[in-house]
Amino acid sequence: MRPRFLSTRGVLRTALGLGLAVSLGLSGCGQTPATERVPFTPTSDGAVLEQVPATATDAKARERAALRRALAARADQLDLALRLARLDIEEGRASGDPRYLGRAQAALAPWWDAATPPPGVRLLRATILQGRHEFPAALADLDALVRESPDDAQAWLTRAVVLGVRGEHPEAARSCAMLTPLAGSLAGAVCQAQVKSLAGRSKEAQALLSAALARGSHGVEEQAWALSTLAEATARAGDTERATKLFARVLALDPSDAYTRAAYADLLLDLDRPRDVIALVKDHGQDDNQLLRRVLAEAALGTPEAPALIEELGARHAASHLRGDALHAREEARFALHVQMDAAKALKLAQVNWEVQHEPWDVRLLLEAALANHTPDAAGPALRFLEASGADDPGLMALAERVRKASR
Amino acid sequence: MKALTLAVLLLPLVALAHKPSDSYLHLDRAGDGFTGRWDVALRDLEDVLVLDADGDGAITWSELRARQADVSGYALARLKLSTEGAGCPLSAASALRVVRHSDGAYAVVDFTAACPTAPGALDVDYSLLFDRDPQHRGIVRVGSDGAGEPLILSASRHTAQVSLTGLSPWRRFGQMVHSGVEHIWAGVDHLLFLLALLLPSVLRRDRESGRWVPVTDFGSAVKDVVKVVSAFTLAHSLTLSAASLGWVSLPSRLVESAIAASVIVAALNNVFPLMDRTRWMAAFALGLLHGFGFASVLADLELPAGSLAVTLFGFNVGVELGQLACVAVFLPLAYLLRGTPVYRRAMLVGGSAVIALVACAWFAERAFGVGVSFI
Repeated sequence: MRPRFLSTRGVLRTALGLGLAVSLGLSGCGQTPATERVPFTPTSDGAVLEQVPATATDAKARERAALRRALAARADQLDLALRLARLDIEEGRASGDPRYLGRAQAALAPWWDAATPPPGVRLLRATILQGRHEFPAALADLDALVRESPDDAQAWLTRAVVLGVRGEHPEAARSCAMLTPLAGSLAGAVCQAQVKSLAGRSKEAQALLSAALARGSHGVEEQAWALSTLAEATARAGDTERATKLFARVLALDPSDAYTRAAYADLLLDLDRPRDVIALVKDHGQDDNQLLRRVLAEAALGTPEAPALIEELGARHAASHLRGDALHAREEARFALHVQMDAAKALKLAQVNWEVQHEPWDVRLLLEAALANHTPDAAGPALRFLEASGADDPGLMALAERVRKASR
Repeated sequence: MKALTLAVLLLPLVALAHKPSDSYLHLDRAGDGFTGRWDVALRDLEDVLVLDADGDGAITWSELRARQADVSGYALARLKLSTEGAGCPLSAASALRVVRHSDGAYAVVDFTAACPTAPGALDVDYSLLFDRDPQHRGIVRVGSDGAGEPLILSASRHTAQVSLTGLSPWRRFGQMVHSGVEHIWAGVDHLLFLLALLLPSVLRRDRESGRWVPVTDFGSAVKDVVKVVSAFTLAHSLTLSAASLGWVSLPSRLVESAIAASVIVAALNNVFPLMDRTRWMAAFALGLLHGFGFASVLADLELPAGSLAVTLFGFNVGVELGQLACVAVFLPLAYLLRGTPVYRRAMLVGGSAVIALVACAWFAERAFGVGVSFI
């Protein structure tokens, strides 16, 4: 029947069959990200190694380079330094790359450590510190700033945002109130609505925004800001159908709005629509936040891509830890809870995160992690916070109720 | 107009969507000096050197290669190594290479540092990029075992002194041998593959009946084992070296899946035999795959090119010692039991079937991401 001695042909056949099976199994599965961890010499001249701002077409990138050259010759030119730092911060927001915050800091170097820097420097310093989640230091600058120049609308607004993230809603609302006479009624209303939505009172926020938007015409950017705030508030208020439409509209207005894209992905994850999440964030994998949403969706579906993407995100978290950062506790807590299924780790991260910020997602994570870990009492700070804020968002309320039941 | 500036600056709940700037510096002892490998992000080099010559937003290999002297020069001018107050001048050791970290492409600057005397302690003074980005960090490792915490150098703490006791090449060799043994023992898939190939070594196929019969003498069993193990070793050494030197690279998912598939093939061959005395050929063919698997362990160490030879050799020796230890336990036992039906039925056929099942689960998990929990 079978050849008594296995021939070389047989070995080849086996090896070929094996190779074929594996390549069939893997074809169409996309490229594994971590193929080039060993140093290599690219084989083709045209191989693209990295994407950077295109100076040929990007006037802002050219302007930044010119300003940097001018400042390299003499660093203490305040106007140029402020302009450069502002452009760097703007690019940092658009690209999500924190390098630009560091570069903005470098432009402000002559004044960075001063106890009372010029007001322009103080405002940008606060913005950069906020971007690094150094909220107390940012607030110290902003408090000083609104004392020194009470008609600086930007200072009031940034202060309101930072206080809102920290969960100090009454003081944030007071900051918004100062804004209205300085920057107009829509800006004031969006500011107030943001604070209400952060406090878990999204129905009030929705009403406020709808009324403000109905009152006449606004600038494109201002309107996009109002709409994205409305979309998020609508989602938090539980009106998911309307929120989906609003998110799609905001993204159509500004496809580069990474914050809204991530918020939209979160809504779709909650609606159990992982395939739509993948379509939404697939092309934005360079961004850690979008990659997290993709990983959550792929893992929920158990797709072939999931393991490689999970490994990739894990590697990025590890690289952050290596440099001593703990900036991503919120994202890592979600990763631990839903992908690694490690409730104890997720709770620890949610608690670390709670020390820094008190946004609805931070509340939710502390509640979810405490539940998953079967230690509902660990969610005490979040429950007390919801009560003190007068929150009535249905999602948070239902979750809080489950935690209360579990601790009885 | 005012509202517009507001909106632009406000939304800055800047979600930090990337890792900030880091470089990875790895130093290793070599003679009276050091070899070094320094991975610097292309995005950082673009900011200081403008690598994207045509400004189209993409750094290509030809653009980077044209500037490799500038890249090495820029980096090496911002690192000072010295021992007991005497400087160790740095010089680029080879052409620039590229590597991917989780957040993008990095230039790899290989260099050597010549110290006037054999050093006892090393002083590092690192000043790359702090003037451009005060949040930059230099992540520095000295030695090649990959153990211990790296030094994190920053604008406010940019110097460090590192003790060099126990960093001789011999010690490194020893560490790599240890790491090799550890890897073969921890890597269940490699062991199962080897076991599947070795199970039939104490048997042979009867030409007339086609059934397994015990071999008559210990010598022929040893000969078969030596052939299989040597073929496996030679094959995985070849691919391990090629992958570690960056000559060949395969996607890790493909490699891991193929390794699982190789275990299935080896195990099934014991149940439905295709190969008998020619198993060494299969050991060779499939050993090529396993070498790629071993290479990922070395890739994680991010070693300087200069210390790769000793490391590779040490790691290989470790893997072989680990294998030999298995064989030394397995062979005498198998030889003693070879005549019993337990060995032929339960161990050879049953054991192989179990190995094949376990490997099928691995394959499903690695190739298709299907989570199967067992063990």
